[in-house]
Amino acid sequence: MSDSQHFLLDGEEVPFTPGQTVMQAALSAGRYIPHLCYHPEFKPHGSCKVCTVKAGGRTAASCTLPAQSGLEVESATEEMNALRRTLVQMLFAEGNHFCPSCEKSGNCVLQALGYDLGVTNAGFRHLFPDRPVDASHPDLLLDFNRCILCELCVRASCEVDGKCVFSLSGRGIDKHLIVNNASGRLEDTDIALDDKAVAVCPVGVILKKRVGFALPIGQRRYDARPISAQALEDAPRPSTQGPCNACEDAP
Amino acid sequence: MFEQNGMALLEPILRRHAGDPTRLLQMLREVQEREGWVAPEAITQLADSLSLPRARVEGAAGFYSFLHTDRPCRYRILFSDNITDQMQGSGGLLDYLCGRLLVEKDHVSEDGLVQVKTTSCTGLCDQGPGLLVNGRAIAAITRERLDCIVDLILEQRPVAQWPAELFVIQDYIRREDILLGCGLKPGEALRAVIVNPQGPPLGVLEEIKASGLRGRGGAGFPTGLKWEACRNAKGERHYIVCNADEGEPGTFKDRVLLSRHADQVFEGMTLCAYTIGAAEGFLYLRGEYRFLLEPLEAVLARRRTQGLLGRNICGREDFDFDIQIHLGAGAYVCGEESALIESLEGKRGIPRNRPPYPVTHGYLQRPTTVNNVETFCAAALIALKGGDWYRAIGTPRSAGTKLLSISGDCARPGIYEYPFGITVRQILADCGAENTQAVQVSGPSGHCIDASEFDRRIAFEDLPSAGSFMIFDEGRDMFEVARSFVGFFAHESCGFCTPCRVGTSMLKGVMEKIATGHGTPYDLGEIDKLNRVLHQSAHCGLGQGACNPTLDTLKRFRPTYEKRLKSLEFEPAFDLDGALAQARRMTGRDDAGAHLGNEA
Repeated sequence: MSDSQHFLLDGEEVPFTPGQTVMQAALSAGRYIPHLCYHPEFKPHGSCKVCTVKAGGRTAASCTLPAQSGLEVESATEEMNALRRTLVQMLFAEGNHFCPSCEKSGNCVLQALGYDLGVTNAGFRHLFPDRPVDASHPDLLLDFNRCILCELCVRASCEVDGKCVFSLSGRGIDKHLIVNNASGRLEDTDIALDDKAVAVCPVGVILKKRVGFALPIGQRRYDARPISAQALEDAPRPSTQGPCNACEDAP
Repeated sequence: MFEQNGMALLEPILRRHAGDPTRLLQMLREVQEREGWVAPEAITQLADSLSLPRARVEGAAGFYSFLHTDRPCRYRILFSDNITDQMQGSGGLLDYLCGRLLVEKDHVSEDGLVQVKTTSCTGLCDQGPGLLVNGRAIAAITRERLDCIVDLILEQRPVAQWPAELFVIQDYIRREDILLGCGLKPGEALRAVIVNPQGPPLGVLEEIKASGLRGRGGAGFPTGLKWEACRNAKGERHYIVCNADEGEPGTFKDRVLLSRHADQVFEGMTLCAYTIGAAEGFLYLRGEYRFLLEPLEAVLARRRTQGLLGRNICGREDFDFDIQIHLGAGAYVCGEESALIESLEGKRGIPRNRPPYPVTHGYLQRPTTVNNVETFCAAALIALKGGDWYRAIGTPRSAGTKLLSISGDCARPGIYEYPFGITVRQILADCGAENTQAVQVSGPSGHCIDASEFDRRIAFEDLPSAGSFMIFDEGRDMFEVARSFVGFFAHESCGFCTPCRVGTSMLKGVMEKIATGHGTPYDLGEIDKLNRVLHQSAHCGLGQGACNPTLDTLKRFRPTYEKRLKSLEFEPAFDLDGALAQARRMTGRDDAGAHLGNEA
């Protein structure tokens, strides 16, 4: 029964199994929809809104939109890509992102999306938030300046590592990542170097110390091929397949 | 203080809430009320006692405006900052109070005695300006009343011992119709349904469906369909939630309903429970209405003794239902039903991904009916008088009556109940509004209309309204009205999704740039762009509605924006002179030479 169900993505049929979202079905079928807080190993979250599509005339985040037979989804349109560009610009303006000096440059999902979507300028006034760095941990650095609040580390630490090292506090533009300890310092938590929470960070917030620039900028993951090509290889990923390539390669 | 007797303080609170993590917000609120802040040690101990990660407790405390984690403070004074409060002089009064107390706005005084800041609308618009002192509402603020408050603070008298007349809140009911004037007696509707049923057991549901009643919180979903879907949803337990998180600026009708007609609200909830098969209900009361908690608890207690709540309601052995009251703690977004449910579960009030909807996956992922205070009141009336009777009132697509909270520039602000279909013009005449320039219908998330539209009608098919009705006469600057609303949304954004978290702040920045005379035509284009992004991609109604104030006022009152613009095509957002403000403050200078552009 499930084999016969399809929806239309930019005019082409995409099969799905009941329970899949538009994003999950599209990626399984080898169709890329730009995304940021969605990760194939985790339950869809729906906060970054980069994966917004038009479905049945209304806009919705495709990662949380249940696939339905006959649904007509528009994704690769200028209207949707313009929206995505603006959202990526907003994330750049919200934090303090200096790609040339960032260890994550070339491996960063935000940066890769910026290139892939053709973001060529800031678009907004920068908010320049004051976010102190936490270098307390002997082996890990926390640079909150680059946090895009995707909650992947929050989810990974609770769901995979069973530690809940990270959480969010504050509200609105003051929302921020916190560490699970009264001191608020990473050194006082039980985080470990091989935790999923460390590997999953799509930007340069959670970094391993003393491995900086082991691979030169220019030869990194998204320097080689755009993210739209690589995300598909990670997409259909049952837990038995191990971590996605982006996590596996995490320096 | 907390360090020495922390556990002694927490134990009774933990015991009262049976160590139940879903009651975390209630415990945090009680700690705040007792201690004047939520200390880091209290967060640690609550986390340990409830077996929650500490960061989860800290994250929940950090979400709500009325939970203060920065430092202790004996008296926290929050001025209501709705546009109607501002129009009644709240800004000058706040400055006056700061001057009298020798404190800087927002900062706790060095001795930890007092803090003065603003908060979103406290629902006292018909008797403003309002403020909250340690969570207790005081209306009709004047300099004389502030002088009295200053004396009480300086002699350090506990708020519980302040003169009762300071805390009197009026219920200005200006027009009664079927709902406010029905005189329903406690238990009357319940007995009609349970003791002397006129029809089959599903009678109530059929009457509600026949009545055409639609949700009064703003969205207007048919109540009968919601109850039926919830009734039919599979789940081991069903729940009823009454949404009394009346946060839309300019709305205060639920405050009056809960002060004057609490029995009818609870009766509606109990009938709903009977219909869908629920044994447990919640009233989620906004923190600003803390003063209603004890009176409402007293009504619940009386109803239990009357056999209208608790075990075997109205003598029916198979019908048990009870209601708990949960208080919010200053978060507008919790008025969104799925965020409200998250908050009820003791978490940060973040709207959920939908589907699934609360009727199938609500409180604790179980079937839950969430309705507005006014909806439950109307349901009780319909159960007694019948659906056809109700449907005959109002318009064909909007049955019944609507309570409006009227404030702003008019002679008689207060509560007006009208059958749906009433024109704006008639309402303005009734409340004594003159030279009206604009009306903000249904609050900042609703719509702003100008004089050419005053023949439009309050109805779902024309001007839907959750109850707020703010009037602006010709002396008001509609740009400043919009700027106030934009600031409100930026303050109340939950921060979950990118477009709302960042977009509302960017919108606020553009409005401030225009307000300070640095705006250009380019910035009006920026407003359009931000509105489009918010409308297309925000996670919930808050973000989607956040663009309405600027969209509506730009369309109707564009000259008030344009007269502020520079003729230049572009002006950078970065304000070089503004960047020197901190240096000026540190050096105590504010002369012409300390400002850029004034060197000569």
